[in-house]
Amino acid sequence: MQILKNNVLSTNALFALMFVTMTAALFLVFVYVPTEASMGIVQRIFYFHVPLAWVAFIAFGIVFIGSILYLRSSNRKWDRLAHSSAEIGMVFTSLVLITGPIWAKPVWGVWWTWDARLTTTLLLWFIYHGYLLVGSFASDESQGARYSAVVGIIGFVDVPIVALSIVLWGTQHPEPVMSEPGGLTGAMLLTLMVSLAAFTLLFAYLLIHRVSLALAADELKRLRQFADERDYDG
Amino acid sequence: MKESAGKVLAITRKDILSEMRTKEIVTSIVAFALLVIVVVSLALDPSERTSAVAAGVLWIAFTFAGVLGLGRSFVMEKDKGCLQGLMLCPVDRAVIYFGKMLSTVIFMLVVEAIILPVFVILLDQPRFPPHLVLITVLATVGFAAVGTLFSALSVNTKAREVMLPLLFLPVASPVIIAAIEASGLALAGGPWSEILPWLGVMVAFDVIFLAVSPLVFEFVLEE
Repeated sequence: MQILKNNVLSTNALFALMFVTMTAALFLVFVYVPTEASMGIVQRIFYFHVPLAWVAFIAFGIVFIGSILYLRSSNRKWDRLAHSSAEIGMVFTSLVLITGPIWAKPVWGVWWTWDARLTTTLLLWFIYHGYLLVGSFASDESQGARYSAVVGIIGFVDVPIVALSIVLWGTQHPEPVMSEPGGLTGAMLLTLMVSLAAFTLLFAYLLIHRVSLALAADELKRLRQFADERDYDG
Repeated sequence: MKESAGKVLAITRKDILSEMRTKEIVTSIVAFALLVIVVVSLALDPSERTSAVAAGVLWIAFTFAGVLGLGRSFVMEKDKGCLQGLMLCPVDRAVIYFGKMLSTVIFMLVVEAIILPVFVILLDQPRFPPHLVLITVLATVGFAAVGTLFSALSVNTKAREVMLPLLFLPVASPVIIAAIEASGLALAGGPWSEILPWLGVMVAFDVIFLAVSPLVFEFVLEE
């Protein structure tokens, strides 16, 4: 319970900061930044798509670190951190996979192409889907935590090899010309940076809440068990 | 070091002995892999049996057969109550990992040695390039390196038949991609220099997971 109380003040401050940054990012994306010449209005999704992907990668990095710390210390809180981070990372990866095709259809003419980044993101989604699944399919909680941690480590170690193999694969299957947001102008770069900051803060805010929720659930379970035992004692 | 190697071989020997008596794993997986090749070929027009497509068919068969074989590796131990005995052995967990991995590699290689020539005939390939042997060995070691870990892990979960492929396939994707591409090039008669980068991907995967998997294996077999 102490953890929750301590967090209230700092999360309020974090929320205020996140709110201001996110509002600024929305203003920059929809009002301030000029429309990209060749791709048109749809290119604005770029300012959401890229920060989402960035946050997802941070989230999976935290899963990796949390998993190592859990296996080393057997302290539940590291499992809670890793698991919470994986959940949020999955949401953000899903959003990357949804915003991608919305952007791709008008610009590339196809919903999906087996391009290096797309394919890597999709496989990443499957790896962390496995991570979350292992936790819920285990026969008891501590086994679930241990197994998830193992998948969290193996999965993250795998990411660079997946990326390498798919880049190599992509270069052997040349795609039709794809326009890239090459030189970002000053206004575009500013918008991207503010949006990156806003989504990173959003992630931090969600993570803190998700972790304290998980810890509160653990605490409640412990108290309930305690109460049950007392009932039995009469 | 030499002592550990002896213990690893003892575990592998146990698996091979049991397989020699029952012949359960190899026969069922050979039949399964052949069926996969037949079913996928039914979907293909004869004109589509190019080397690239044939390579795809081959590795679909080997991948799914691999999942099946990996699953058996620990299901067998668990169902007959041997897993407890294995865990009580006064050896390092890594020794158990390498022992089980080695027996999986051997079973898979036996299956693949039977399937490869049949595949070349069924898909009417003009040549049997020796490169295929090396590609198959590297990919099989990669499959077994992560597969043994995930097999031990999923055998203790609910819905273990589903758990293994869901964990194994995305993580093993670099090996699957590399094996398909390299085999396609080899079947088309491509030179070593073109195949080499793909062999590199597989070697990197094998080395990394042979190093990382035994480190985390002890947390999978912890009671």
